[in-house]
Amino acid sequence: MVELALPKNSQVKAGKHWPAPAGAKKVKTFKIYRYDPEAGGNPRWDTYDVDMDAVGPMVLDALLYIKNTIDPTLAFRRSCREGVCGSCSMNIGGRNTLACTSGWAEVPGKAVQIAPLPHAPVVKDLIPDLTLFYAQYASVEPWLHTDTPEPQAEWRQSPEDRLKLDGLYECILCACCSTSCPSYWWNGDKYLGPAALLHAYRWLIDSRDEATGDRLDALEDPFKLYRCHTIMNCAQVCPKGLNPAKAIAEIKKMMVERVV
Amino acid sequence: MAETHSERFRTPLSRARGTGASRHGVSHFITERVSGLALAPLSLWAVFAGLKLAAGDFEGAAVWLASPVNAVLLCLLLVTALIHLQSAVQVVIEDYIHKFTTKSALVILNVFVCVLSGALGVFSILKVALTGAF
Repeated sequence: MVELALPKNSQVKAGKHWPAPAGAKKVKTFKIYRYDPEAGGNPRWDTYDVDMDAVGPMVLDALLYIKNTIDPTLAFRRSCREGVCGSCSMNIGGRNTLACTSGWAEVPGKAVQIAPLPHAPVVKDLIPDLTLFYAQYASVEPWLHTDTPEPQAEWRQSPEDRLKLDGLYECILCACCSTSCPSYWWNGDKYLGPAALLHAYRWLIDSRDEATGDRLDALEDPFKLYRCHTIMNCAQVCPKGLNPAKAIAEIKKMMVERVV
Repeated sequence: MAETHSERFRTPLSRARGTGASRHGVSHFITERVSGLALAPLSLWAVFAGLKLAAGDFEGAAVWLASPVNAVLLCLLLVTALIHLQSAVQVVIEDYIHKFTTKSALVILNVFVCVLSGALGVFSILKVALTGAF
């Protein structure tokens, strides 16, 4: 049955409060989800009152400041700090996004609430376990499939066909879309999710690929593909401005076209 | 989702692939869309028919239903609506119920209820249309 409430041991309790240093003028409160599997117990909301005069403009700047100067035990993933690696995806102010490209001043509400990506197992604090998400990406075989012997140089493609890959290849696999999708929450073990399906479509419409039929065969399933009910959360949260829902709709169209 | 003991030792790719694609789903998708499309004019007709019947009396309604066009359209409306309902409710069951036995039982029950309603409805319409309301 679908899980509408958190299990008892996952319910988030009130946690520690870290007050701002005396004399701080511009104070902002950050309410951050904390969970340490080694320590046991329930997850908790820790609140940090941060002196924003010392912090850069992005949520990631604030997280790094908290980790470096207030609480070194806080765990989160980050790498490029410019929206190209997809490591720092998390739920900020109730919305999945990248901490490095969202400004803390733009988060609605008095406190900036930060939680890990929803409905994913938590490794520690803001770090979700995305093992299955990556495996689902691998399952769509995101590489060129050809039977024709390889040409001497590159596989050629017209500029028009290359243009069709725009809006698809930019995906950085941050998992904001998949973990914001209720269909993925309820059936994430069988539904491939918006990210994997966007990549599936990227290879379906690649003019150089010779396995379009096999790729469609591998997707035609009530769960793998047809769990998408055009809820559109994926398109709304994508930090790269992509539209996975449209890619999924195009796959459904291809499915119809080959039987009609 | 709680991870079971046997799942711990399966590779992530094996879990993601599962039992593969069932090569089924596009006909369900087309059924949903086409039945929805057919329901648009049929529902519009039903609204006008309902307004007309509401203004008349019981005998008038019996005479109305005796007309072949009205009886056939009403049968089509009923059957199309039930096909649409059956495929849509099945999707809801698949979304929210995960236990195999419960899910299968509900999917079958959904079919039975829709087929029974359709058979009863079509029989009743034909009875009135062919033998009168009494």
